[in-house]
Amino acid sequence: MATLFRRRRSKATQTERVRERRHEGFLRYAGFRWAKISGGLCLLIILSYALVDVTPRHNGGSWYGYTLGTIGALLILWLTALGYRKRKMTSDHWSLKAWTSAHVYLGLSLIVIGTWHTGFQLGWNVHTLAWALMMLVILSGLYGIIVYATLPQALSNNREQMTQMQMLEAIRAFDRQLHSAAQPLTPEDTAPVLAALDEDPFAGGIVARLRGRYPNCATAAALRALSLPRSSDAAAREKVVGLLKQKEAALARLRKHLRIRGLLEIWLYAHVPLTFALIAALSAHIISVFFYW
Amino acid sequence: MSEAVKVAIIGSGPAGLSAASRAGQLGLSHILLEKTDHLSDTIFKYQKGKRVLATPERLDLRSDCRFAEGARESILGNWDEDAANNKVNVAHYTDVTEVTGQKGAFVIKTAKGDIFHAENIVLAIGTQGNPNRLRCEGYDLPHIIYQVDDPEDFKDRHITVVGSGDAGIENALGVAEEALENRVTILNRSKDFARAKAKNVSDMMEAGENGFMSIRTETQPKKVEPGWLTLETPNGDEKIACDVIVARLGSVAPRGFVESMGIEFTGPDREAFPKLSPTFESTVPGIFVIGALAGYPLIKHCMNQGYDVVEFINGNAGLTPADEKDLAAIFEDLPQQKPVSEWLEYLRTRVSIFADVSPLQMREFMLDSKVAFYREGDVVFEKGDPGSSLFAIADGFAEVEVGPGIVVPIEQGSIFGEVGLISGRKRGATIRAGADGIFVEVSRTAALKLMASVPGAKRAINRISLERQLLQIFKGGLTVEDLGPVVDTAEVERVPAGKVVLTEGEQGDDVYVIRSGSMIVEKDIGGKPIFLRYLPAGSFFGEMGVLSGHPRNATVKAAVGAELIKLTGESFRKMLAARPQVREATEAAVAERAAMNSFIESRKASYSSAVDLYSDTASFIMKEGLGEATDALLIDENLCVGCDNCEKACADSHEGLSRLDREAGKTFAHLHVPTSCRHCEHPHCMADCPPNVIHRGPDGEVFMEPGCIGCGNCMRNCPYGVIRMEAAPPEKPSLLRWLLTGFGPGPGEPSPKWTKKKLGDEKPKKIAVKCDMCKGISGGPACVRACPTGAAIRVSPEEFLSIARLDEDTD
Repeated sequence: MATLFRRRRSKATQTERVRERRHEGFLRYAGFRWAKISGGLCLLIILSYALVDVTPRHNGGSWYGYTLGTIGALLILWLTALGYRKRKMTSDHWSLKAWTSAHVYLGLSLIVIGTWHTGFQLGWNVHTLAWALMMLVILSGLYGIIVYATLPQALSNNREQMTQMQMLEAIRAFDRQLHSAAQPLTPEDTAPVLAALDEDPFAGGIVARLRGRYPNCATAAALRALSLPRSSDAAAREKVVGLLKQKEAALARLRKHLRIRGLLEIWLYAHVPLTFALIAALSAHIISVFFYW
Repeated sequence: MSEAVKVAIIGSGPAGLSAASRAGQLGLSHILLEKTDHLSDTIFKYQKGKRVLATPERLDLRSDCRFAEGARESILGNWDEDAANNKVNVAHYTDVTEVTGQKGAFVIKTAKGDIFHAENIVLAIGTQGNPNRLRCEGYDLPHIIYQVDDPEDFKDRHITVVGSGDAGIENALGVAEEALENRVTILNRSKDFARAKAKNVSDMMEAGENGFMSIRTETQPKKVEPGWLTLETPNGDEKIACDVIVARLGSVAPRGFVESMGIEFTGPDREAFPKLSPTFESTVPGIFVIGALAGYPLIKHCMNQGYDVVEFINGNAGLTPADEKDLAAIFEDLPQQKPVSEWLEYLRTRVSIFADVSPLQMREFMLDSKVAFYREGDVVFEKGDPGSSLFAIADGFAEVEVGPGIVVPIEQGSIFGEVGLISGRKRGATIRAGADGIFVEVSRTAALKLMASVPGAKRAINRISLERQLLQIFKGGLTVEDLGPVVDTAEVERVPAGKVVLTEGEQGDDVYVIRSGSMIVEKDIGGKPIFLRYLPAGSFFGEMGVLSGHPRNATVKAAVGAELIKLTGESFRKMLAARPQVREATEAAVAERAAMNSFIESRKASYSSAVDLYSDTASFIMKEGLGEATDALLIDENLCVGCDNCEKACADSHEGLSRLDREAGKTFAHLHVPTSCRHCEHPHCMADCPPNVIHRGPDGEVFMEPGCIGCGNCMRNCPYGVIRMEAAPPEKPSLLRWLLTGFGPGPGEPSPKWTKKKLGDEKPKKIAVKCDMCKGISGGPACVRACPTGAAIRVSPEEFLSIARLDEDTD
């Protein structure tokens, strides 16, 4: 393992910073260093589990089980600390990317550590609750890894150098133009346009945002209404229809942007609360073990 | 007809007022001539409540008028009181138009036709010039303003901007910001906006289409009344509501007026100042120039000079300037002890580039310089150290390590470190003291000012730097004598960004050395220009043509505006013939480049898409202005999840303000260049900083030290929009408290709402905020450290575009 850490922070001084010349994602960090460490750890556990003879059988209460349990519990606490590390800007040398990389791979290794710790004895009790919560946290984390690896490209492609503020600004600009362009229309035609102007680009709720479908979109409705032959002046109507189409495209871009951002964030709303539930269940599990075993 | 006064002071700003006050205190007959009805018009025109800073802090104030940091009103109030207490004799509404006569009998004519007689004249008119006024009825009403300091001072008002240049359009766009709810009208006398930048015009047109402002062409003001403005339009007169008029009609610079008195300037360029003696006397005896016009834009300097100049006129030859103790401190640590004036004379006579410098200029340079004693063998700086100051050898000599084991001496009176000064790059060689001696270190800004104001110094520095640059590039084996003919025939060429210097396939044998800026080398492969190499300042090109006699084998063009030294092929060839080892070294470099070219060509055949991507990425990076960057933030959008942790980390590592905008900026092939400082080779922000607080630090970072006066010059000069004018928000509750209780703003920049609530009525001074590359933070740039996915890195363009990248991409 010494070789794995060979390049470590020796040069992390102000005058000679550790500099990267290329982008290297958290999954590939340092040549998959943490994947190797975590994989090795899992292998070690699986092998030793098979080799170590615990009587009457493997369980959480044996010396072997305690060892794995202690490692697992400490690891869970350390993994939780990422939330703090991410937000605490101390001035010393650390890289959040390295932390994320370790978090991801060591977190995955908990599947082995935690499950092998149980000795495959699961039941309807607080101990299994802790294990189940841990698996749920890992599962939500897995989703996180997948979206982090796949969605950023789509986010980048969709926004085409625009910022979220600019997207909103573009929609507001179309609204202003629509407002003046709709003046010559008949009241019957103005109504759907006004409804489209009143539409809040953020409305629709969480489901609509994540699915990216807005069946009650007032802009789309106005577009449908005005496409039919109507009483208003044809030229004025055509101008409004053109603007509505542009606004619809701008809305589609913003909605896709919000959808991808939503997908990139939503899992944290499961991952983090589940982690706290896990820590609570883990505490109950540890206390009950020491009091009642 | 009036009695001749001892001294007439033109201009009642800080300098003029201070001079008049001293004259009043000394009981000298004097007159203070002011063109408006109040004192200190420039400061008077500041926005209400604007904070005026008193920098530099280390300088003591020596004046009969008070001055300390404070609001515009209190400063102006103090000065009015002081003027009365000092029995200053002011003539308001006196716009001086002509000065004739000579020392002892000057005749001053004003616009109203009044005539004043004076023995001496103190010119303290500043550099602002007179803004052109509206030419219509009511042009002198107080709601006509000539500048907008902070658009946020205007809310829910009817504002009319007159003038269609950039200044007018920028002001109009500023106050037309939607949240301010102003109703803005911009007037243009003609049909189109020919004088403004295209970008400004298109922004304005867009704002017009979106209903944020009304654009009136072929329209001009006819009558100004409080609350109303009558316009003359093609369809007849029209009266509109108008609470504020912003007049941006340009101004008349004062130089013509000053020259009409016969006063000479140091040079023809815009930065030149009047030639002055140590007592501020100009080339016309009896006319003294002080303040901003003399090259001192800070209020404290101006006030001290006002005091000093009147003392000098009054015959006080023994007065030592207020900066005497600061200068004394600079010489304090030297082994010998001498008075300041002797030290200055010692340096002036012993260092060649100071020969033409006036004693007054000498004082100023020394304030921005350091003088140190070095023992034999002491290292002055090491190769690779960042640094942009210039060293001069006052005593002893220096030794340059040009190559392993090769040491070249630099004699007393000469200079070194000029490469860093000109190109802004790291030090190219290690320098040691060859004997016990005294070296002067002149800061970059002081050295640039020296070059601008003293032509002799500029010539000397340029020639030496050219010789040295060549010596360094061709590593050892050459002497200054060998270079003589090359330097004599060399020409310095300025090329704008994008200009082609060499064209592939053309004949030619000139060799170019990049003095500042950078170049890109491209080769036409399969009908498409392929990026071969990025050449930073200090490299040379064109040498293949000389050695082989073949046509140019690649196209070289400027990545950013650059300065090149063109050497003729003939002189270069002669030099190589005289020094075979230099020829060998050059041939080796040529072989290496040729190998690299053929490597890329071979890759192109088998991995054409990877080479194309590399080439396109390089073009994109150059187009984004990274050619002049030394360290830029690049985001890989294949990895960026948009968490903005980089911005939060930036804010939390500094005073709660983020210096970068991740989402803004251009993107190519998922490579995103966010709005963030690139630490340019020649920082645009440094160009015009009145308190001179922007510097390049030891890691190459361009940073601001405390002392910003909030003028906004750097923000306007930065072409990349990375400097913000902002006041630091109040301290946030701790992170743990936020995590546990959810109280207060979390990590990152607090919302303006929270800041406003916390501050109440207090309105702190907005100062410039820019990236300092996390100077002094041992972990390095926070934005990079805090990126959870590895999307953010900080690199220099040559590191990022290294050939290794292509190698990795294709393998």
